Amino acid sequence: MSIDQNTAAKVAKLARIKVEEEALPALASEFNTILGFIEQLAEVDVEGVEPMVSVTPMRLKRRTDVVTDGNMQAKVLANAPDAREGFFAVPKVVE
Amino acid sequence: MSELNTLTLAQARDALRKGETTSVALTEACLAAIEGAGALNAFVHKTPEIALERARAADARLQSGDAPKMCGLPIGIKDLFCTRGVPSQAASRILEGFKPEYESTVSQQLADAGAVMLGKLNMDEFAMGSSNETSCYGNAVNPWRRGNEDTPLTPGGSSGGSAAAVAADLCLAATGTDTGGSIRQPAAFTGITGIKPTYGRCSRWGIVAFASSLDQAGPMTKDVRDAAIMLEAMCGHDPKDSTSADLAVPDFEAMLTGDIRGKKIGIPREYRMDGMPAEIEKLWTDGAAMLKEAGAQIVDISLPHTKYALPTYYVIAPAEASSNLARYDGVRYGHRAKLAKGDGITEMYEKTRAEGFGHEVQRRVMVGTYVLSAGFYDAYYNRARKVRTLIKKDFEDVFAAGIDAILTPATPSAAFGLGEMTDADPVQMYLNDVFTVTVNLAGLPGVAVPAGLDQQGLPLGLQLIGRPWEEGDLLNTAYALEQAAGFLAKPGKWW
Repeated sequence: MSIDQNTAAKVAKLARIKVEEEALPALASEFNTILGFIEQLAEVDVEGVEPMVSVTPMRLKRRTDVVTDGNMQAKVLANAPDAREGFFAVPKVVE
Repeated sequence: MSELNTLTLAQARDALRKGETTSVALTEACLAAIEGAGALNAFVHKTPEIALERARAADARLQSGDAPKMCGLPIGIKDLFCTRGVPSQAASRILEGFKPEYESTVSQQLADAGAVMLGKLNMDEFAMGSSNETSCYGNAVNPWRRGNEDTPLTPGGSSGGSAAAVAADLCLAATGTDTGGSIRQPAAFTGITGIKPTYGRCSRWGIVAFASSLDQAGPMTKDVRDAAIMLEAMCGHDPKDSTSADLAVPDFEAMLTGDIRGKKIGIPREYRMDGMPAEIEKLWTDGAAMLKEAGAQIVDISLPHTKYALPTYYVIAPAEASSNLARYDGVRYGHRAKLAKGDGITEMYEKTRAEGFGHEVQRRVMVGTYVLSAGFYDAYYNRARKVRTLIKKDFEDVFAAGIDAILTPATPSAAFGLGEMTDADPVQMYLNDVFTVTVNLAGLPGVAVPAGLDQQGLPLGLQLIGRPWEEGDLLNTAYALEQAAGFLAKPGKWW
């Protein structure tokens, strides 16, 4: 499997990271190095092996489905780059 | 008494309780050492006011006889831990200016145990790196040097600032986190002790997430006894982390008897790598001989899937990172890019993340995105999760056969020069974690103990891997190894 510039551009888009056109060849080449390394996994016989879901064989704790926290609008917004009238503000999404 | 900042946690604790010193005096000694160690770039946010306030409170508690176990002991906190009102940016530009409104469970537990926070420590950006060279704060520098050379060396990574600070006596101990070796590799590079506990021992709540199924916090300390003391304070069940184990936390320090007679120590043949330096090979053989001398039985074992651990890790960790780091979108916290006229929300995301994430982080997020994308999910991600099951089974098999702990080198080399790996491809850097990454994939506890110096006078470490939840027994074996190795060397002060 070899990654070309178009695939690199597509991955960057999916990851929502702007990559300039001229940086794509180097990026594709780095991906290929890493994926070449990962490719070794194809040698392993994984027939009938369950994919790991949890490394510790224990049932996750459950709790009653009730509100345990809240009423901290100011704290939630305290670190926002742009907060107005009690909300996060972003560029216009809907025309 | 020797300089207060050079004490171990245990020495300082005992001195405090005998009234031979005060927490304020210990804290001031550390703050002065930090002020004089700018060249190491270990502390990146200093909190002297918080430290002195907590130290005064600790002294009052010591006076009144109501002192918890770590009362008055000054420590450093890795920048990955969220600390209320104090910058916590995971060494990333994207979290510039972020001051959490909450405290991580582990740092809160340390505060509850009476520990005094001196400030935040340098690290690789989002804990992605093995040399502390991906930090937005610049490199942390190892206090150790090769012979009489002045080439700056890496303290390792990702917990490089923590390792440098402890080795240089800027604090008595520090927190680290370990996703693929980020506590144990820097501990080995700086001649200190570091333990990554069993997955689930320490709450991950409030620690900036890298790869959630692998991340664990742990202590980085001057010796094994200190690791036992500090680990106990960091562990425990937390309802805010669903993977945190609801198990009693033993008194780890009380388990340090040094008696390992009859213990079976496994030596995995697959860890004997081609091209492994003779010094590492010798250190390993010597370590096995020391444990044998102490009464343990040395057994050759096989962990057949070892060679697939790194490629498995470099699928699973980036996949989880791409998902975890999706939250950095310029909306709720941290950096937001300046937008051009007409830019919409997609441009805001793309520009913010391009400006905010460094090169290595971008690369891993994109690799993770790729291995999770439609058409590749089965070939890469699911296959890696299956191989992970096999890697864990390798360990289960040897433990079922009666092995108590496994001895390996901690790293394939001593600390290398900062910048020496710049031209290497990313995979070369990843090889630093070859001996440590299996432990994260299997969720096991692992400890790095300094065991000797190489010909250039740099520290080398050995790793012991234990059974799940048996950190106490593992630390006791590490204690026996520490006593036999008798590693007492300290870096000569040049900074």
